[in-house]
Amino acid sequence: MGGGSGTPPPEVARGMLRGIMRIRMIEERVKDLYAEQEMRCPTHFSIGQEGVAVGVCAHLRRDEQITSAHRSHAHYLAKGGDLKAMLAELYGKATGCAAGKGGSMHLTDVAAGFLGAVPIVGSTISIGVGAALASVLQGSPVLSVIFFGDGATETGVFHESLNFAAVHKLPVVMVCENNLYSVLSPLSWRHPEGREIVQLAQGHGVWNRQGDGNDADDVYALAGEAIDHARSGRGPAFLELETYRWLEHCGPQDDRHLGYRPPGEYEAWLARDPLALYTERLRERGLVSVADLETMAREIAVEIDDAVTYAKSSPFPTRDQLSAHLYAS
Amino acid sequence: MSTRQLKFVQALAEALDLCMAKDPRVFVLGLGAPDAAAVFGSTKGLAGKYGPRRVLDMPVAENGMTGVAIGAALRGMRPVMTHIRLEFAMLAIDPIVNQAAKWHYMFGGQASVPLVIRMVVGRGWGQGPQHSQSLQAWFAHVPGLKVVMPATPYDAKGLLISAIEDDNPVVFIEHRWLYNIFGPVPEGIYRVPLGRPNVLRRGRHVTVAATSYMTLEATRAADELAREGLELEIVDIHTLNPFDETPVLESVRKTGRLIVADTGWRSVGFAAEVVTRVVEQCLGDLKEPPVRITLPDLPTPTTRALSNYYYPLVRDIAAAARRLAGRPPKPEPEIKPEAFLDVPDAAFDGPF
Repeated sequence: MGGGSGTPPPEVARGMLRGIMRIRMIEERVKDLYAEQEMRCPTHFSIGQEGVAVGVCAHLRRDEQITSAHRSHAHYLAKGGDLKAMLAELYGKATGCAAGKGGSMHLTDVAAGFLGAVPIVGSTISIGVGAALASVLQGSPVLSVIFFGDGATETGVFHESLNFAAVHKLPVVMVCENNLYSVLSPLSWRHPEGREIVQLAQGHGVWNRQGDGNDADDVYALAGEAIDHARSGRGPAFLELETYRWLEHCGPQDDRHLGYRPPGEYEAWLARDPLALYTERLRERGLVSVADLETMAREIAVEIDDAVTYAKSSPFPTRDQLSAHLYAS
Repeated sequence: MSTRQLKFVQALAEALDLCMAKDPRVFVLGLGAPDAAAVFGSTKGLAGKYGPRRVLDMPVAENGMTGVAIGAALRGMRPVMTHIRLEFAMLAIDPIVNQAAKWHYMFGGQASVPLVIRMVVGRGWGQGPQHSQSLQAWFAHVPGLKVVMPATPYDAKGLLISAIEDDNPVVFIEHRWLYNIFGPVPEGIYRVPLGRPNVLRRGRHVTVAATSYMTLEATRAADELAREGLELEIVDIHTLNPFDETPVLESVRKTGRLIVADTGWRSVGFAAEVVTRVVEQCLGDLKEPPVRITLPDLPTPTTRALSNYYYPLVRDIAAAARRLAGRPPKPEPEIKPEAFLDVPDAAFDGPF
């Protein structure tokens, strides 16, 4: 896994490790702060799933747009979305990335190439395809990368969008993070036995690969192929990357007491922590030292401290903002 | 004003043509948009002139394709989607209501969705329960959408141009029975602003606030009643969201009598909204309780033996006006089940 020509060069690999660590640390901080009940919006944590976002986004230019869904923090951060604006958004502040009107489920940072995220499963798949269509109609194709979960592959809009992207050979990469559950419902209740998600893409005649979402090098290698394919005008590409959500579907709690995870499953995935795996990998390659890791963590902690202070001290929107932004003028 | 006469459908096609010629961001997307039938002629000539990249046919995937149109709009294009029947747009309620209508607000005003979604309302010739629904009240209920229903060829062109140039999602509802009506349509680009309704006809006795095809029916009733010395003032509500009731209020303050004629259903319909605003703001001016003329709260039957009794007719508007004005009722011949009321009245196709 992760070897061969798809291995990220040292600088990229170090950046990816930093990216995974940063998302993990931000999410852990949000998790702690969430208990204060000042972030009053449904929040879906990305902890355990950071490898996919970082491995894919490592390839992307700033102007290339991505879309995501309800669990979007990792994608937003990996794409370079502004951390201060994200935390302020979670606090409902005027300085938030959506001026407080969106919350965790509606992040956006178009300048950073994060077109938007919404919690209606499947909805941003077609919107991401439309972004790619616009670029083609404008005569300068720009890659559009669409992140979604296994549940989204059950929607009609997924199939409709995949079909249309294939018909017009649009520069689209669809990244399915298969974390085995749609809320609490396991794949076996929702998908026929023996049918892999990638086969759906195959059925639409779309280039596809399946890989290990917790191995950032594997993600990087597959994403590189997929992105090359889509950027070169050969049509859309589809990746199914298996990963695992550690926390409850929505919120900061451990949910193992609910009993929907088979015995041993959680522990097996915990042993395949994308952060620990990648730290170990780069240590083996001699790309980071213990001191480097400490420096990274310290720098990230300072950045988070600053962002939290900014978000907490930012003003709430004023009452006149209630009726602002109904229509664009 | 130009004396050139165009059909409603020609006015639509001309608006699309002018907008596409002027602005390379405008493209048309819809089932059959580039085909020989050209959505009843409303996209006629566009495919040949602008090519397949700007007049796109699409897979039978209204939900997905509406999302695609939203994504394209977010990235600088101005799509015009067409649905040959409104019902097909119902497959796209998520992208219309959850995404297009909300995007500007929920992202704090940073992005907008300049998207026009044309929907044709069918009637007659057995269109039946799923080719005839006039669901403007649904869409007008949703903050963030604009909802437009032109009644005249002049407005069809001017409103469609305004809708395409608008930075917001616009649901543009076209009644099929207006397509062949002709009327004066100036050449070149002109705009009818989305908003304030037009007073189409002045009159002293009864206000008729009407939408879409019912505006045409109201003018026919007004012609008939004028011969009896009863004057209708017709306010054509061509923009249902945002709805500016001012001209309706001004008219009711003068006439004291209100009929609201809408192409939709009665309960929780747009007519109820109009009546409510009038009652809230000028109850004291009303000499009689307001009257709604709408469809009954029933699915559309296919057979003409039933649809003959389903759609309100000119005579219903006229009868309501006579009653409100204290005039004696006029005896009308009974409507026969076998009567051919399922096609537009051949005696009248314009000028509007």
